[in-house]
Amino acid sequence: MSYLPHTDADRAAMLQVIGVDSIDDLFAAIPADLRTCVLDMAPGIPESELAPKVTALADANRTYGSRSFLGAGCYQIYVPAAVRALTARSEFTTSYTPYQAEVSQGTLQHIFEFQTAICELTALEVANASMYDGPSALAEGAFLAARHTRRDRIVVSAAVHPEAAEVLRTYSSGPGLPVTDSTVDPATGRTNPPTPEELEGAAALVVQQPNFFGVIEDLALLADAAHAAGALLVVSQGLLAAGVLSPPGAEGADVAVGDVQPIGNPPQFGGPSAGFLACRDQFIRQLPGRLVGKTVDADRRVCFSLTLQAREQHIRREKATSNICSNQALAALAATIHLALLGPVGLRQLGEVCVTRAHSLCDRLTRIDGFEPLFSGTFFHEFTLRVAGGAESFAAGMRRLGVDPGVPLGRFRPEWSDLLLVAVTEMNGPDDLTAYVEAAREVMGDGKATGERSRR
Amino acid sequence: MSAHAPGGPDDRTTIVEPLIFDKSRPGHRAAAIEAPGVQTASATELLSGTALRQRPPTLPELAEPEVVRHYTRLSHMNHAVDLGFYPLGSCTMKYNPKVNDELASLPGFTRLHPYQAEEDVQGTLELMWELEQALLAVTGMCRASLQPAAGAHGELVGILMVRAYHRDHGGADRDTVIVPDSAHGTNLATANMAGYRVVELPSSDRGLVDLTTLAEALSERTAAVMLTNPNTLGLFEDDILEITRLAHEAGALVYYDGANLNAIMGKARPGDMGMDVVHMNLHKTFSTPHGGGGPGAGPVAVCARLEPYLPTPLVAQRVTPDPGADEPGGARFHLVYDHPSSIGRVRGFYGNVGVLVRAYAYMVRLGGNGLLRASEDAVLNANYLRVRLRDAYDVPYDRMCMHEFVASASRQKHTAGVTARDIAKRLLDFGIHSPTVYFPLNVPEAIMIEPTETESRDTLDSFVDAMLQIDHETRHEPTIVLEAPHVTPVRRPDETLAAREPVLRWRPQAVRLQAVHTAERT
Repeated sequence: MSYLPHTDADRAAMLQVIGVDSIDDLFAAIPADLRTCVLDMAPGIPESELAPKVTALADANRTYGSRSFLGAGCYQIYVPAAVRALTARSEFTTSYTPYQAEVSQGTLQHIFEFQTAICELTALEVANASMYDGPSALAEGAFLAARHTRRDRIVVSAAVHPEAAEVLRTYSSGPGLPVTDSTVDPATGRTNPPTPEELEGAAALVVQQPNFFGVIEDLALLADAAHAAGALLVVSQGLLAAGVLSPPGAEGADVAVGDVQPIGNPPQFGGPSAGFLACRDQFIRQLPGRLVGKTVDADRRVCFSLTLQAREQHIRREKATSNICSNQALAALAATIHLALLGPVGLRQLGEVCVTRAHSLCDRLTRIDGFEPLFSGTFFHEFTLRVAGGAESFAAGMRRLGVDPGVPLGRFRPEWSDLLLVAVTEMNGPDDLTAYVEAAREVMGDGKATGERSRR
Repeated sequence: MSAHAPGGPDDRTTIVEPLIFDKSRPGHRAAAIEAPGVQTASATELLSGTALRQRPPTLPELAEPEVVRHYTRLSHMNHAVDLGFYPLGSCTMKYNPKVNDELASLPGFTRLHPYQAEEDVQGTLELMWELEQALLAVTGMCRASLQPAAGAHGELVGILMVRAYHRDHGGADRDTVIVPDSAHGTNLATANMAGYRVVELPSSDRGLVDLTTLAEALSERTAAVMLTNPNTLGLFEDDILEITRLAHEAGALVYYDGANLNAIMGKARPGDMGMDVVHMNLHKTFSTPHGGGGPGAGPVAVCARLEPYLPTPLVAQRVTPDPGADEPGGARFHLVYDHPSSIGRVRGFYGNVGVLVRAYAYMVRLGGNGLLRASEDAVLNANYLRVRLRDAYDVPYDRMCMHEFVASASRQKHTAGVTARDIAKRLLDFGIHSPTVYFPLNVPEAIMIEPTETESRDTLDSFVDAMLQIDHETRHEPTIVLEAPHVTPVRRPDETLAAREPVLRWRPQAVRLQAVHTAERT
C-alpha cells in the first residue's frame, strides 16, 4: 500500500503488543451506529496512472504565456529557477511552524529576513511573518486599526480591489464593524480625500496603491485626511511598484498590507501566495499572526525564535488579536529569495520595465478607434480602458487570436461591462505588445494600414 | 535601555549563518532585468507628478551562488518530515508524497491566471470539483467551499455561516459559543473574531464532553458548540450522537474541527455524527506539505441547511454539458457567484489551488481503500506508542486512543524537576522532533504524541527507546535532560529576552550606530 510501511506481520505483532485481536478493536469507541459508513470513492491507483490522469487536467487548461495581459491582483513575473530549487528543498517544505527553535533556525531566520524585507519595501518599522493573502491581510490591517483607535467604523476607497473590499466586509460582519465606501474622482481615478465628516468615528481609511484601476494614488494627501480625523491610513501596496513609487510609510501610512504573489510566486489560479502586514512600532502588540525575533541562546549565540506570542490564539485563546495560526512561510520564502536575487536595483528595474511597456501599450491602443482610457490619472503598469462594444466580446475575440488581453471588469460590476483592465509586466516583451496591438486592430475592425489615428 | 546596548542581542557576533543582509556587497547582482525594448520616455518621466521613491530599499546585493548557498545552509538548520520522525501532536506530520509536488508544479496549473475565461480553466475547475466530491465522501456532508486558506480560516468561515444562519432563523440574539476546555486556541479566538462570547466546558474525568455539563451550558443564547472529534486528547467522543442531539434541541449548530480527521477516514463521518459544519486541514489529513507554517488549505463542508451561506464563488458542474463543449460558453465546470445568502468571500480568488492539486492527487492515489488503511495504521501506531510508553510516563487517559494520545511528564517533574519542555528539548538530540507540549491545557505537563501512519515500526521503536532513555536519565543524570539539547545548531533561545527587547528586523549598521549615538545624547 502506498506510503504505508507496515507489512501485515508488523500489524499483527503491534496488535499483540497493544493486546487486541484486530484493527477493529482499536475503533471500539466509535458507536456502532456510526461505524457503518463506506467510503464512496474509487479505489486507489498506482503513481504511474495518477501522473497521466492529473497531467491531463493540467493540459485541459489553456495558458497564454507572454501573451497574457491579466492582472487585477495576480501577476505573471519570471520566477528565477533558483527560487524554485531552494523553495522545493524538503527541509523547508516538510517542516512546520517553528515551535522548537533549536531545530527550526532555517525557517525562523528566513522569516526574520522576510520581515526585514517587508519593512524595507513598506518603509514601516515592523512586519509580521505573513498572512494568508493580500485581501485577508487588508481585513486584519483594518481590524488592527480598530483595536488601536478603539473605533469601529472602516472607510474603504472604491478604488480598492472589489474582492479585497468584499473580504473586509465578510470579516467585519462578525464583530459588526460598519464598512463604508469613499469615492473616486471620476476624471483622475484617484481616491477623493474624505472630509473629516466622512471619516468621523472611523478607525481607518483603506486605500490601494497603485489602485485597482491601475492609477497611482496621492498617499500623502490621503494620510493627512485620515490623520485629521483621528483615523489610521491603511494602504494595500502592490510590490511590483515597491522599487519605484514612494513607499506607504514615507507618505504617512500607518499600516501597509499586500500580497507577495508577483515576487517569487507564480499565479497558480490565485493561490497560494502570502499576504504581508507592516505597521508602525507603536502597534506591535496589536499585530495579528506570527512574529520572529532575534535573541541569544544558552551559549550566547545569536539566534531566532517566535516572539510576543501573548498576542496569539494558542496563548491568549479568545483574547487573541486574531485566530490566525499559520503563516505562509514557504510563499514568503519564495518572495524573500526572489528579492535577494533582484536586489534594490533589480526591483527598481523590474518596476520600470513594467511601467514603460505598459505606457507604450496604452499609448498605442488608445490610438485605435474604440479604446478610451477611463481615467486621466497617472497609472503604473496597469490601466483601464473603455472598450466600445463591450470588454467581454473584445476579450473573446482576442483570445481566439492567442492574446488574453486583460480582465473584463464586468465580472465585478455589471455597470463596468465595457471596462477592460490591462496589466503589463516584464513577461510581456516588445513583440507581445505589437502582437496585442495588431490583434486589437483586427478584432475592432480597424485593420487599415493607417489605423493608428493621431491622439486628440 | 536601548535594544542595541551592550548585552542586547544585536551586539552578539557569533551566528551560525549570517543574515543575508549582512552578506550583501554593493554592486553584486543576481537576476538581470532586460531593457524595456519600447520607444517611450523613461519611467521617471512617465510617472512625473507622482511621489517616487527617494531612497532604494535596503535589499541584499549578492550574486546567485551566494544566495543559493545561504538558503541551502539555512535549510540544513531545520528538522523536517523528510529528515526524521515528527510526532507533533495535532499537526499530522505525515509523509508528503513527491509526486504531488511534481504534479502541482505542472505549468498548466502554475501559470493559470484566476481571471482567465471559464473555458480556458476547465482542467483546474474539474480538479476542484472532483476534490470537493472526495471531501464530501470522507465527511458525509452536502457541499463544500475550497476557499479558506487554513484550518483557522475555515473555522472563521464556519462560525460566520453559523451567525448568518441564526440571523435568518430568528436566532440573532444567540451570542455564545461553547467549546470544551481541551479545544484548540483557534476555536476560542475564532468565536471571538466572529463576535461571540465563549463558554468553556470542563471535560469529564474520562476526558470527554460531559452530557450533564453540556446540557446545563446550552441555552437559547447558544449559537454553536465547537468540537474536535476525536478530541485533542486523542479520544473519540463516544456520546457524540447525544451531544449533537442536545445541541440541536437547544437550537444550536455543531461545528466539527477537522484537525483530527486523520483518525476516522472510512470509519465514521462527521455528517453521520450530526455535524452541521466541518473544516478540514488538507495539510494534515491529505498530506500537503506544511511549508514551515503554510501555505495549507482549510476547506469547509456543510449540511444542507447551511449551504446557502457558503462563501462564493462555488465550483459547479453543468448537468448536461453543452454539445459544443469546446466552444466558449459550453464549459462543463463553472464558478457560481449567484448565491444570495452567502457570507461573502474570505480571501482573494478561489483558495490555495496549488495545495488543492496536491490533496486531490493524494486522495486519488490512495482511493477509498487507501484512506481507510491510512486511518487504521495511524490509530495502530498511536496505540502502539501509548502502550509501550505507559510504564515510564503517565498517560492520564490510558485507554484505547485514536490517532494520537497525551502523555504527561508529571512524574518526571515531581521526582527530578524535569519538565515536558526539558523532555521535548532532549528528544531533539536524538534527531526526533518534539511532540506538542503543554497542550491540551487540561493535562499538566502534557506531551501530545501523534505518530501518523507513515512511520515504520522501527521508527516507532527508536522513539520509544529515546523516550525510555530520557526517563532513565531523568532518574540518574537529570542534568543531561535539563541542559538539553546538546547537538542542535543553537540551544534554548532566550525567549524572555526576545519578548522583552523585541528585535524584529535587521537594521543597516549605519542606522544602528546612529541609534546608539542618539541614545547617548539623550
